[in-house]
Amino acid sequence: MIEARLLTKTFRDKKRGEIHAVDAVSFRAEPGRIYGLLGANGAGKTTTLRLLATLLKPTSGSATVAGFDVVREPEKVRANVGFLAASTALYGRLTAREMITYFGRLHGLADPEIKARLARLAVQLDMEEFLDRRCDKFSTGMKQKTSIARTLIHDPAVMVFDEPTLGLDVMTARAIVRFVRECRDRGKTVIYSTHVMSEVEKLCDTIGIIHDGRLLAEGTLAGLRTQYGEQDMEEIFVKVAGGEAKP
Amino acid sequence: MNWHNIVTVYLKELKDSLRDRRTLLSTIIIPTLVMPLLTFGVGKVASVVINRARGETPSIVILGGEDSPGVVAQLKASKKFRVVASTADWKQRIGDKQIRAAVRIPEKFEAGLRAGAAAPVVIYHYEGELKSMLGVGELEKFFRDLRDQTVTARLAERALPPSLVRPFEFSRENVAPPEKVGGNLIGGFVPYLIIILCFTGAMYPAMDLTAGEKERGTMETLLCSPVARVDLVLGKFLMVLTGSLSAMVFMLVSMGATAFIAGSMWAGGGKAAPLAAAAAAKDSASVIPMIDPLGLLGVLAMVLPVAVLFSAVIFTVALFAKSYKEAQSYVGPLVLVIIMPAVLGMLPGIDLNFRLALVPILNLSLVCKEMLSGVWHWEYIALIFGSSCVYAGLALALAVRMFNREDVIFRT
Repeated sequence: MIEARLLTKTFRDKKRGEIHAVDAVSFRAEPGRIYGLLGANGAGKTTTLRLLATLLKPTSGSATVAGFDVVREPEKVRANVGFLAASTALYGRLTAREMITYFGRLHGLADPEIKARLARLAVQLDMEEFLDRRCDKFSTGMKQKTSIARTLIHDPAVMVFDEPTLGLDVMTARAIVRFVRECRDRGKTVIYSTHVMSEVEKLCDTIGIIHDGRLLAEGTLAGLRTQYGEQDMEEIFVKVAGGEAKP
Repeated sequence: MNWHNIVTVYLKELKDSLRDRRTLLSTIIIPTLVMPLLTFGVGKVASVVINRARGETPSIVILGGEDSPGVVAQLKASKKFRVVASTADWKQRIGDKQIRAAVRIPEKFEAGLRAGAAAPVVIYHYEGELKSMLGVGELEKFFRDLRDQTVTARLAERALPPSLVRPFEFSRENVAPPEKVGGNLIGGFVPYLIIILCFTGAMYPAMDLTAGEKERGTMETLLCSPVARVDLVLGKFLMVLTGSLSAMVFMLVSMGATAFIAGSMWAGGGKAAPLAAAAAAKDSASVIPMIDPLGLLGVLAMVLPVAVLFSAVIFTVALFAKSYKEAQSYVGPLVLVIIMPAVLGMLPGIDLNFRLALVPILNLSLVCKEMLSGVWHWEYIALIFGSSCVYAGLALALAVRMFNREDVIFRT
């Protein structure tokens, strides 16, 4: 379960002054459901998710993730979150097994436990044949599988995905989407950010549209369609964002 | 702080760094090779060049001397140099290193000598040019001998004893203990090398573990783990410190081995070599093993806080960079900042006082020079160790603080 209450993050920039990257965002993501955060580049998706994963501290507002407060108990929050982003890479000089074991240890798991879980994940993700090869020699698909195993080694209750399909080919992207669904089916709380409309339509139970740091609309796909009188997600998005971008 | 986590991070970074060629190069390979290369490479080349210059018979030119055939004949007969024909451009030829020196024999030199007083002989040379200086040495010896012969002959003519012009002899003897000689000769150089290697040893792991991780995107992955940031910094910092200390230890071990090998090699082969080479070899062979082993231990202890200081400073600076390349452009100039006080400490005549004992790096350089030559100023040692620890602590605290700053760690 994720609950964000007036979550705000302000950056100071020498040239542009104060930037409200995330501006009073409130929402709820339930276990067993996928919450989709839809927004253009620079809308504040990554910052929102980094606040939830406690990589950044909010300027004001608060959030509870898996029952822990992101400001007061950031370490407990991280212990219950699996964070997968296009920008979270693997250690190239470690093998997949070493990489996953390292993160298991960082999560405080004992080695026999890590070994058992890793064996299970390797079968599930079909990664046994490259488990002992170094990550820098991996294909994108192999890297993604390793990253997924890394986020799952501590069996977190909350999964945070920040544009996980960015730059992936169709087959790898489909595998990711399938994996996200599996997380939901196992009762995890899932939050998924993307700027790809079709992914949101296919995947998300609840959709939040974020623009300029503000959460402007929220609802199920059907609810948003009725509310804005459009079938196409892209048209809904343009309406919510306040019309076409000025040339 | 959770030591279990710190050790987990440290062990992973150690494994990772041992697989990184750049880090291995700067923390193990270069430190191991630097002393043997300096001793056998540069040292060997230098001694070969000097010996060749000494072995060659210097070519000289005689200017004037037409009315002093005796002296000219003696010069030409001497095996110490080769007299070549004089030309108008003799000065130019000294500059061009075709001849090493010229000697002007004044008019009526021999006549003046017989009459009791002759005009002075002038030797022309090229100051600072080794070969020219060697030629001058031989010429001066020749004329000194000639003068001595003249004196002896005159004393004999008058039936006077030689002690009339040499009423007494004097000699000099060394009172410095051998380790003091060694300490002074190389005592300045060893701390300098240690300081440089401590720095370069810390440099590559520090950049790789901070800016390198940001660039490769693994920093964000690491920050997702529940481990507290202070534990991440300390684990990484310990790896950087390991790099720094390993560079120093490998250098010292290889220096010891080099001294041992060089000592036994030169002691064995010295007799066969030309006289000058044997003398030079004897000097260096006796100097290196003469370093006080206790002094070396003292140096190791004093270097420890400075290695912490270096590691923390480079870590902090590199953490600020977005990429490995950017980190290099920040850390590169730092080398100059480190070298300057280290070089100052190498200069003879700069000695420790209470003010200099507070200057980081310079104080280490100076106290190491003293320790290696067997001098122990405990009040300075305590002051330097204490102040170095304070600087190191401040730098480490700064590193932890920087790691906790979002605008540094997520700087893009």
